[in-house]
Amino acid sequence: MKRLFACVALSTLILPVAAADITGAGATFPYPIYSKWADAYKKTTGNGLNYQSIGSGGGIKQITAKTVDFGASDMPMKGEDLQKNGLVQFPAIMGGVVPVFKLPGVNAGGLKFSGALLADIYLGKVTKWNDPAIAKLNPGAKLPATDITVVARSDGSGTNFLWTNYLSKVSPEFKTTVGEGTSVKWPTGVGGKGNEGVASYVQKIDGAIGYVEYAYAKQNKLAYGQVQNKAGKFVAPDDLTFKAAAAGADWKSVPGMGVVLTDQAGDESWPITGASFILLHAKQEKPENAKEVLKFFEWSFRNGQKMAADLDYVPMPEPVVREIQASWKQVTDASGKAVY
Amino acid sequence: MAIAFDERFPAAGPPAAAVLSPRPPVIRNTAVMDALFRNVTRFFAFLVFCLLAAIVVSLAIGGSQSMHAFGFEFLWTEEWDPVKEKFGALVPIYGTLVTSAIALAVAIPVSFGISIFLTELSPTWLRRPLGTAIEMLAAVPSIIYGMWGLFVFAPLFQLHVQPLLKATLGNIPGVSFLFSGPPIGIGMLTAGIILAVMVIPFITAVMRDVFELVPPMLKESAYGLGSTTWEVVWRVVLPYTKVGVIGGVMLGLGRALGETMAVTFVIGNAHRLKASLFAPGNSIASALANEFNEAVGDVYTSALIELGLILFLITTVVLACSKLLLLQLAKREGASA
Repeated sequence: MKRLFACVALSTLILPVAAADITGAGATFPYPIYSKWADAYKKTTGNGLNYQSIGSGGGIKQITAKTVDFGASDMPMKGEDLQKNGLVQFPAIMGGVVPVFKLPGVNAGGLKFSGALLADIYLGKVTKWNDPAIAKLNPGAKLPATDITVVARSDGSGTNFLWTNYLSKVSPEFKTTVGEGTSVKWPTGVGGKGNEGVASYVQKIDGAIGYVEYAYAKQNKLAYGQVQNKAGKFVAPDDLTFKAAAAGADWKSVPGMGVVLTDQAGDESWPITGASFILLHAKQEKPENAKEVLKFFEWSFRNGQKMAADLDYVPMPEPVVREIQASWKQVTDASGKAVY
Repeated sequence: MAIAFDERFPAAGPPAAAVLSPRPPVIRNTAVMDALFRNVTRFFAFLVFCLLAAIVVSLAIGGSQSMHAFGFEFLWTEEWDPVKEKFGALVPIYGTLVTSAIALAVAIPVSFGISIFLTELSPTWLRRPLGTAIEMLAAVPSIIYGMWGLFVFAPLFQLHVQPLLKATLGNIPGVSFLFSGPPIGIGMLTAGIILAVMVIPFITAVMRDVFELVPPMLKESAYGLGSTTWEVVWRVVLPYTKVGVIGGVMLGLGRALGETMAVTFVIGNAHRLKASLFAPGNSIASALANEFNEAVGDVYTSALIELGLILFLITTVVLACSKLLLLQLAKREGASA
């Protein structure tokens, strides 16, 4: 701790012009990588970033109220909402959500799911593991007659949003009865708080199925399933299939690059991939802070790739980064001059 | 307390020599100090009222949108659908009351036993370590109970206790519906039991303290007349201390109603109404903890704040009822005497 203070003191001595720390608030999902980037960024540039992971809803509220320099949200804001609040949005980091289960005798990656099957399980229509719908996709597997215990996220979260967005895309019935959102009304099952809550429920209950961020599945060694993507191929979740989902996306098709990467075309695409977004005011009252925010993300896109991969996130691919930087022209000071 | 205060006061006030001298300004000075002191303390006391009023008002303002949208139906609507923005508080209210009731049903007899043992039966050398252990339980943060509940208690409960309950109580007509459904380790019953563990130290500490206040002469007289320990406890100690005992129970109930993190971990967080105690449910506090962060949209946030207001009202009603109960007890005592 002492050494840390010494470092900070030293760096402020070397860089006496260091600006005040920039502040951001919002989504919890990207918090680990943002704080790791901020730490590395501070070491090299001396400029600090203070990110509070208060949740996407909170992030949107804070940036709208202008109490922070940038907001972060796992659910992209719609074009008209961006317009109305005068916000600029860009994606900063990606990740995937994976279905996990606990079924004695079935290994990680040993089960195959289709989107429609996952939707039926979460609607409470498929209730036994030896249901013909599961058996049909998994001809060789020994499926017990265990009850399926459905585990969902009880807290509002971007993970929920991606999961329900995907299930709504592949199942019209899910779309009408449950719908998509950071919080939804689950027709069945139990709710765990946070990724860790879902992960521990799935680990504890025989016959449980849940969904978590990929990193949690990997770190907790949970058995995850393959999912059939839009091209009809069964894919396993890893950074390659996440990247494949991002590669095929048409980022310019949606205002604010608010593309939801679920159910993307492409043989290799993981169907439940998503980006986390950054929100900034287009017209800046504090242009120097906005410039600092953009400088931070510029630095992170250039130097933070490995750190992201270490934490099982997927960094934005190079062509997308160029598009993001082009969008930064919209962030201007009071006179209309671009800050970056 | 009053004596200690009087002794200390001159030292804190003007020097002794100044007080002794008969000059009036000094006396006036003390009078001013007295008035100042009185007013400052009064200000602090009224600050509590102001805070309370401010909380109620801000909860009411925050929840007004939801009150307009759903009216009183909010209280008995089961639906909780953030996507369609339809909200009702029945499930969380039910969950809060049921888990607290389970907690008290378990905690009251256990606490009573512990405090009777500590004050009447335990060898003297054991009292202090046992008492300290109980007090330390009260100091454990609630998140620890939650994690312990989820990682240690729930699996054991699922494997050993729930099948047992199902095999025994689950076969008795009339109560079997309470123990139906698959044993998954988490749910209303688990939450209630974890809450019981959390409130036991509070209730025990109060009970022990009031039991110790029973004049030895009363107890000795009863023993002298040939009473057993149980008769002394039931006929002498308990009647003498019932106000304090009820106060302790209410303290425990207050904690159980508002407990958040521990309940969130083990209640299962499902917005569905089920009669079975094995089924997952939700409580007001854990619904707030789960959903407030990411509540998108004004109606959703407002509904959550209204939930907070309801919890506040439930707590107030519980406290008021306990006061009424105590008054009734006091009155009956007057009548019988």
